[in-house]
Amino acid sequence: MDFDPVLLSRLQFAFLIAFHFLLPAFTIGLASYIVVLEGLFVATGKSVYLRISMFWIKVFAIAFGMGVVSGIVMPFQFGTNWSRYSELTAAVVAPLMGYEALTAFFLEAAFLGVLLFGRKLVPQWVHFASAVIVAAGTLFSAFWILAANSWMQTPAGFEMVDGRFIPTSWMSVIFNPSFLFRLAHTVVAVYLTTAFTVIGVAAWYLRQNRHVEESRIMIAMGVLLASVLVPTQIVLGDLHGLNTLQHQPMKLAAMEAIWDSGRGQPAVLFAIPDEKSETNRLELAIPKLASFYLTHDWNGRVEGLKAAAPQDRPPVAPVFFAFRAMVGMWLIMFGMTAWAWIRAARGKLYEAGNFLRVAVWTIPVGYIAVTAGWITTEVGRQPWVVYGHLRTAEAVTPTLSGGDVLVSLAMYVVVYAMIFGSGMYYLVRLAQRGLPSDTPELRLDRRPARPISAATHDPV
Amino acid sequence: MSIAAPIRGTAASTMALDLVPIWTVILAVSVFMYVLLDGFDLGVGILFPFAPDSAARDVMMASVAPVWDGNETWLVMGGIGMFAAFPVAFAIIFPALYFPVLAMLLGLVFRGVAFEFRPSARASRGHWDRAFFVGSLVATVAQGCVLGKFVLGFEVSGHQFAGSAFDWIHPFVLAVGVGLVFGYALLGSTWLVLKTEGRLHDWARSKARIALFGVIAFILMVSVWTPLLHERIAERWFSWPNIVWLAPVPVVTAGLAFWLWRSLNRHNDVAPFIAAMGLFFMCYSGLAVSLFPYIVPHTITLWEAAGAPQAQAFLLIGTLFLIPIIFTYTGWSYWVFRGKVRGDAGYH
Repeated sequence: MDFDPVLLSRLQFAFLIAFHFLLPAFTIGLASYIVVLEGLFVATGKSVYLRISMFWIKVFAIAFGMGVVSGIVMPFQFGTNWSRYSELTAAVVAPLMGYEALTAFFLEAAFLGVLLFGRKLVPQWVHFASAVIVAAGTLFSAFWILAANSWMQTPAGFEMVDGRFIPTSWMSVIFNPSFLFRLAHTVVAVYLTTAFTVIGVAAWYLRQNRHVEESRIMIAMGVLLASVLVPTQIVLGDLHGLNTLQHQPMKLAAMEAIWDSGRGQPAVLFAIPDEKSETNRLELAIPKLASFYLTHDWNGRVEGLKAAAPQDRPPVAPVFFAFRAMVGMWLIMFGMTAWAWIRAARGKLYEAGNFLRVAVWTIPVGYIAVTAGWITTEVGRQPWVVYGHLRTAEAVTPTLSGGDVLVSLAMYVVVYAMIFGSGMYYLVRLAQRGLPSDTPELRLDRRPARPISAATHDPV
Repeated sequence: MSIAAPIRGTAASTMALDLVPIWTVILAVSVFMYVLLDGFDLGVGILFPFAPDSAARDVMMASVAPVWDGNETWLVMGGIGMFAAFPVAFAIIFPALYFPVLAMLLGLVFRGVAFEFRPSARASRGHWDRAFFVGSLVATVAQGCVLGKFVLGFEVSGHQFAGSAFDWIHPFVLAVGVGLVFGYALLGSTWLVLKTEGRLHDWARSKARIALFGVIAFILMVSVWTPLLHERIAERWFSWPNIVWLAPVPVVTAGLAFWLWRSLNRHNDVAPFIAAMGLFFMCYSGLAVSLFPYIVPHTITLWEAAGAPQAQAFLLIGTLFLIPIIFTYTGWSYWVFRGKVRGDAGYH
C-alpha cells in the first residue's frame, strides 16, 4: 500500500502545530495576566490579588509545561520531515529560530523556575521581576516565530543562489510585508483567548457561589480587556486581510470563495465550493459587499481563483470555512462583551443568569478562533511553503516513505491524545479545587509556616 | 533540482573570516551543555523506579523540577544551531535518525508533562511515575542511538542523505544507547548525592557506584569497538606520534573515574558530580578527536556542511552577546535553588 509522504507529512505537521499552538494561545496572555495580578498585589497589598495569582500560576505551570514539550517537537520536524525545506531556507529561517531560542526560550525557562517554585526563596520584587521576564519571553517568542512564518508567507530580503534562499537584508527578512500585521493580529488573538478563559472560569465559580470576591474581579478584568481588544481585533483583522489581498491574492480568493475575477464581488456568506466545476454550490451571498470591505469601493476589482492555474490555488473549502469559523468566534466575543456591558449597566454583571451560564460555554471561543485562523492562513498558503517560490511538495524529505510517516503520525496522535487528554483533566481538576483561601501559607516569610510534603500540591 | 556543491553565498561574501571554527565550538558547547544538564535530570528519571519510597521520589523530582526546562532548552539550541550553521548536516542527520528522534521526542513529552501531572494526580500518580521513568529511559536510549549512529556514519551521496530511515539499527548503535543509560544514571545519581540528604543520599551513593561500573564498561567497549569499525579512527588514535599526544585522554579519564570512586566512598558531596561531568567531558573530547573534521561522519566536513556566511554571521552576533547572559541568569536560577532539597520544596 502506497501512502503519500507529502500529504502525511503535512498532516503530521498540522496536527503537531495545531495542538502546540493551543498552549501559547493561553499562556502568552496568562503570563501577562499573572504580571498584572502580582503587580496589583505588590502595589496594593490586597491578598485577593495574590490568591487569584496563586491559582493562575498553578494553571500556568501545567499549561506551560505542555507547551514546552509540544514545542520541542517542532524544530525537529523541520529536519525529519522537511529536510529539503530546511536545506533551502536555512539561511533565512534558522537564524530567526535561533534568536527565538536565545532571546525567549532560555529566558522563560530560567525565570519560570523562580516564578513557580521560588516565591519563598527570593525577595518579593525578584519574584515579581521573574513574572515580568517570563511574560516578556513569551512575547519575544511570538515575535521571532511569527517573523519566520510571515517570511514564508510574504518572502522578502533575499536572493536565490543555486536554488537556496540567501538573505540580503535582515531588516527586510524580519519586517517582511505581512509580519507586523500578523504579529499584531496574533498577539491580540491570544490575549482575547486568555480573557475569555478567565471570564468563563470566574463565571463558573460565581454560578456556584464560590470565590465570589475573586471572581468578580476576574470577570471585570476580563471584560475590560475584551472591551478594548475585541474592536481592535476586527480592525487588525481587516488590515491583515487587506495585506493578504495585496500579497497573497489566491489565499484571499479562497477565503471568500471567489472564483471569477471582476468588479463588485459579492460577499459569500455560505457556499459549498466545488473545485472541479470551479463554482460554488448552494451559495448565499450579498452582492458587492466583498468588494466593499476588500477594496473599500463597491465596484472594486478582486481577483478570483480562476486567475491562477489550478495547481497554484489552495484548497478552497478548508480555507473558506475556517475563515468563517474564525470570524464567527469574533462575533461571539463581540456579543458577549456587549452583553456584559448591558448587564453591568443594570448592575447585574455578577448576578446569576444566562450571561454567566453562556460565559462558561464561551471558554473555548478563543481556541477555536486561533485554530481556525491558522488553518485559514496556512492552508491558504498552499501549494507554497515559501509563497511563490517553493512548493510544499518539493520541500518534503525525499528519503521518507509514506509508511515511515504513517508510523510517526500514528504515534504522535496516540501520545498527544493521552497527554492533552490528561492535561485537560488536570486543568479542570485544578479549577474544581479552586482558589487558595486566606491561610498562613500566604505569609511570605523565608521559612515556611509548616512543612509541606515535597513537590506536591496538598490534595484538598 | 540538484544541489551539487555546498553554498558559499554571493561573491560579496567571500570574505576573509571563516566562521566555521567558532560555530563548531558554539554547537559543540550547546550539545555538551545539553548532555550534562538534561543528562542529570534524565538520569534522575531513569533511577525513579529504584527509589526507596514515594517520598524519596517526591524529593528526586523536586531536585530537578525548577531547572529541567532550562536544561532541555539546550537541546533546542543544539538542533537550531546545527540548522543555522550546518544546514547540509541538519538535512542529512535528521532524516537518517527519523525513528530515534521520534522516540526521543515522545520520551521527552512524557517526561516533561510528568513534572506537572504527577503532583496533580492522586490515584494515577503511579502512572506518572512510570511515565517519568519510561519517558526518561526512552529519550536516553534514543539519544544514545543518535550518538552511536554518528560514530557509525551516514550514507551520503552528493551531499544528500542516501540511506533509509532504518539504517540506525545496528548492534553498535544499540550498545551506545544502553551505555548512555548508565552515563545519565551516573549524572543523575551524583546530582542526587549533591542535592539530597539522609537515606535518599546514601541510596544515591550506592546507585552511583553501580552506574560508574556500567559507564567504565561501556567506555572500554566503545573505545575498543570504534577503531575496529573505522580504520581512519584507529589510525588517528594509535599511529605515531598521535598516540603520544592523545595518551592523556584515556589517562585523565581513568583518573577521573578513580577520583569519582574515591569521593563516593569518602562522603564528599560535590566531587562525584564534578567528576561525572569530567568523565562526560573526556568522552565528548574523545568523540571529537575521532570524528573531526566530519560533521556528517564520515564523508562531509564541517566546512562542506556550512551554511551561508550571512546566516552564520547574523546569528553569531546575537549568540556571542546572549550566551554569556544566558549563562549568568541560568547560573543565578540554580543558585536560587542551591543547597539540599528542602522538605517543603514544591509549588507555592
